[in-house]
Amino acid sequence: MTTQDSIILPKAVDKLRDEFPILHQEVNGHPLVYLDNAATSQKPLSVVESITNYYLGYNANIHRGVHHLANLATEAFEKTRKKLAAFLNTPDQREIIFTSGTTDSINLVAQAWGRMNVHSGDEILVSMLEHHSNIVPWQMLAQEKGAVVRVIPITPKGEWDLTDLNQLVNAKTKIIAVNHVSNALGTINPIEILIAEAKKVGAKVLIDGAQSVVHFEVDVKALDCDFYCFSAHKLYGPTGVGVLYGKAEVLEAMAPYRGGGEMIHTVSFSGTTYNEIPHKFEAGTPNIEGIIAFGAAIDFATSLDKDFVQSHEHELLRYATEKLSSIEGLKIYGESENKVSVISFLVDGIHPYDLGTLLDHQGIAVRTGHHCTQPLMEHFGIPGTVRASFAVYNTIEEIDMLYNALLKAISMLK
Amino acid sequence: MATIEERQQEIISEFSMFDDWMQKYEYIIELGKDLPLLEEEKKSDDLLIKGCQSRVWLHADYANDGTIHFKADSDAIITKGLVSLVIRVLDGMPAKEIAQSDLHFVNDIGLSSHLSPTRSNGLASMIKQMKIYGLAKM
Repeated sequence: MTTQDSIILPKAVDKLRDEFPILHQEVNGHPLVYLDNAATSQKPLSVVESITNYYLGYNANIHRGVHHLANLATEAFEKTRKKLAAFLNTPDQREIIFTSGTTDSINLVAQAWGRMNVHSGDEILVSMLEHHSNIVPWQMLAQEKGAVVRVIPITPKGEWDLTDLNQLVNAKTKIIAVNHVSNALGTINPIEILIAEAKKVGAKVLIDGAQSVVHFEVDVKALDCDFYCFSAHKLYGPTGVGVLYGKAEVLEAMAPYRGGGEMIHTVSFSGTTYNEIPHKFEAGTPNIEGIIAFGAAIDFATSLDKDFVQSHEHELLRYATEKLSSIEGLKIYGESENKVSVISFLVDGIHPYDLGTLLDHQGIAVRTGHHCTQPLMEHFGIPGTVRASFAVYNTIEEIDMLYNALLKAISMLK
Repeated sequence: MATIEERQQEIISEFSMFDDWMQKYEYIIELGKDLPLLEEEKKSDDLLIKGCQSRVWLHADYANDGTIHFKADSDAIITKGLVSLVIRVLDGMPAKEIAQSDLHFVNDIGLSSHLSPTRSNGLASMIKQMKIYGLAKM
């Protein structure tokens, strides 16, 4: 970090923190240090206000109304689709499907695409780094179809071990479903390699982007993946909404998997015809206020200076890694050179629950446990880790507070 | 012998001497370290009470006089300390009293957050299991 940066950065972060009123509070008599951003990010004022504005100004059901409020609501709702298309760099808004989150998006593909295209003896490829949300839907599909779920192993550093890639991706592989960034370790995975490999055998690729979009730009056209999904709430947006990007020709060939209003063209008892994409996959009244606020979250995310986000998060990760590594008996899980600002760790002989409890009493919010990645924890032979995950609004001072609180907790537990 | 209520009052009065959270937790951690708990071979899966965050093993012995003796353990030291307090209150008590007990002391000493479902540390499930053991012999 240059001298100039070190003067500019704290000011920029201070200004940014003003957008997040929740950060300015005390917890257990200490200033709140929120380091659980990989679980959910905090929300800026603009996102919170967009929900209030909707309910105070133009609440109405969307798409079918002819009245003024319905038009306003539909316009705001569809504007988010446009923003998301631009955010992911697709020119075709029909490729943006609203879901309730990453989990819902994955289930949609596993059911609507998977049940049509995966058959007995076929293979589905996931990795050891997956969240349960990107394991269980595929296991359910595999069980129903008599297909096999195969797993990309990892190296001790927490990176994919692609030594046997030729064997893992083969003629039987129908879909590869992997995360872009590991939620438990922070590893940024080389998804480009898998996408290229999948093309050789005609397999589809789904990328779970729940942990990536808040840290760096994603271009689905450059990646050329078939599906990409993420949740709003890890990107400054509200809970309960997310997105599934899918290539138009792939989505068009898929049958809908939930029936109801909105997704139909005509309904009669002699037969029903379905709506076009994206509405074919959006049965029922959606989470309108959530999707409007999702748009405000995209606006907020894109308003941040990319270089600032990258350099600040990089500095937070570098400093935290240096400080935490200096603690005797502390082991960091996930030591890839390519990581987002996440540190998973354990201290010799101390259970993560104990550390998490004593950190909470000092105002530090971290996550403890298996992070919904039980196979990964089992692989490492540990019950779980303590995970500190940093956002652009975190500060170097907060890492010092984490460090000091950790020393105190360890001295109490040893 | 002290009743369940008397044992709870004893704990509440012990905890009233602590000025801050650190003293309180240091004491719980000591309890966790001191308690002679289950031997490794007894930590079998059928005694395991699963929590998402930490695990608890609970072993119950029915005595001929209708009382129940408990032994328990946990992989997390704070959970273990809390477990030892619950055992101190319920151990050796008549089955019926265990089944009908109201363990208000956890709340009174300011540790009720450890019983909340979001903690999922196995403690709440352990208390429930102890009461089920009591109910079975009522």
